[in-house]
Amino acid sequence: MGKTFAEKVLARAAGVTEATPGKVLDVFPDLYMSPMASWRCIRTMEKLGTDQIYDVDRIAMVMDHIAPAQTTKTADDQRVCREYAARKGIKKFYDVNAGIAHLVLSEEGHIRPGMVVIGSDSHTTIYGSLGAFGTGVGFSELTAAWVTGKIWMKVPQSLKVVIEGPLARGSSSKDVMLKLIGELSADGATYMSVEFHGSYIEGLSVSDRMTLCNLAMELGAKNGFVRPDEITRSYLAGRGVAPDQYGELHPDSDAVYVKSVTIDGRSLAPQIACPHTVDNVKPIEQVVGTKVNQVFIGSCANAKYEDLVEAAQILKGRKVASGVRLLVSPASKEIVARIVKDGTFSILLEAGALITNPGCSACAGDGGVMADGEVTLSTANRNFQGRMGSYKAEIYLGSPAVAAATAIKGVIADPREFIK
Amino acid sequence: MTEKIGGKVIKFGNNVNTDVIIPGRYLVSIDPLELAKHAFEPLGLEVQKRLWASQVVVGGSNFGCGSAREQAASSLIGAGIKAVIAKSFSRVFFRNCINTGLPAVECPEAAEAALDGGELWLDLDAGIADVQGKNYRFAAFPESLKQLLDAGGLIPYIAKYVLPQQRAAKG
Repeated sequence: MGKTFAEKVLARAAGVTEATPGKVLDVFPDLYMSPMASWRCIRTMEKLGTDQIYDVDRIAMVMDHIAPAQTTKTADDQRVCREYAARKGIKKFYDVNAGIAHLVLSEEGHIRPGMVVIGSDSHTTIYGSLGAFGTGVGFSELTAAWVTGKIWMKVPQSLKVVIEGPLARGSSSKDVMLKLIGELSADGATYMSVEFHGSYIEGLSVSDRMTLCNLAMELGAKNGFVRPDEITRSYLAGRGVAPDQYGELHPDSDAVYVKSVTIDGRSLAPQIACPHTVDNVKPIEQVVGTKVNQVFIGSCANAKYEDLVEAAQILKGRKVASGVRLLVSPASKEIVARIVKDGTFSILLEAGALITNPGCSACAGDGGVMADGEVTLSTANRNFQGRMGSYKAEIYLGSPAVAAATAIKGVIADPREFIK
Repeated sequence: MTEKIGGKVIKFGNNVNTDVIIPGRYLVSIDPLELAKHAFEPLGLEVQKRLWASQVVVGGSNFGCGSAREQAASSLIGAGIKAVIAKSFSRVFFRNCINTGLPAVECPEAAEAALDGGELWLDLDAGIADVQGKNYRFAAFPESLKQLLDAGGLIPYIAKYVLPQQRAAKG
């Protein structure tokens, strides 16, 4: 009987031959990622009264959720992290200028096929875009891994998602995922490993693979996965990572899945997740015309280089509607450098965008908050009540193209109107 | 752990997310009592008052979905909640409950039967939920999770069992 990716990768990380679904294993992750919340881990270490770390090279810290500091409390939390990293010799420490952890660690070549990565951030599922097993945990568990090197994990069942492409004009990986989340619901893949297959995946960019695996979290998934291929290898090579520095794991063709679902991207229209849950999804024609006060292009789901270019193509030579705020928060420092160099930055600026420093930004409520009764169309991955300011504000989620069209019109708009 | 835990119930629906349980703006704290002041704040003060007067949180399916924030569990502990029982949990929230020493029990029948403002008592060893005198069975925790809960969570467990072993091994 064939094996899924999750069965193979967890068996390897636990040092056992067999990892059947439901079995609980002591897994030794290759990397423990913590965002700005790293200070909580450090405080927990102090509480434990230990200075002992299993493997300091497996710790990665990125000061991303609130950057730069807004209060003296946050400034102090960040100072604690900075000093601890220096004292312990944590080399994978990235400060407030770097951007969102998930992007930074991928760009820096720290995420590789076949790895097991835990992170104290739910969207750690994104690492499946590079053939790794990434899953979110709380900060106590992350701290425990610092000390013991291990974590208990139940081997998940796997869900096979087959996406047929190419996508219809005006649709993107974001629309594929919103459609899937709408159909399967917010707990459609709870505790499962979600593997993406199908013709759409062949030749798909790492950026789009990131969007797929990132949003798998919103199905309740334990992890997301795209099989590594030439695109993955070439991305890694560009980051100075050679094939002998990782061990790819591929699911067997006769692997057993709990179920298989198919999304036909060839006829897919842009999709919108309406307030206040990510699975409250409607095709765009049902919400076109909804007035917005703010448009946010940001987050680990959709503020990558390709996302910003997609938005800029629509915004080029056009203006943001009067009275509407367009916030753009590139996901990483590297992305900022790229958009400055190729002119995308100027296109966005001239259209009327407010471009912030790289980081989680408004998705984590770090700036860009809304007043009572306001509405934001966001490219992020969550639209929960109160996530961006007032509890009486509303968040709609859509693709970067939808965001650009909406910013121009001042109401939720169909990007196909702007794409020839 | 033979005594029963429980008390007054506050009941919620399906897909309650951790942004609603504890909004991101309060994550600058890890103090359960401070966090408890803001638990369920998006749902309004009336809901919060009922939370503070309850001992058991009852949820529908996918309770605790969304962000991995551990404070979703610890804010409930600070509010005096002794156990969470739901039709199903999101995986990170379930782990965070066990790791902070808050029993999280999956029992769809008891969660359905529980009444908002009513009583619910759990016998964790026997795997029985008593809802207003009627008993419902659930799978008892495996030994490894029981040990974590008995120690008061993962960090106290490590302090009590793992670190002394490491120190002894080092000689």
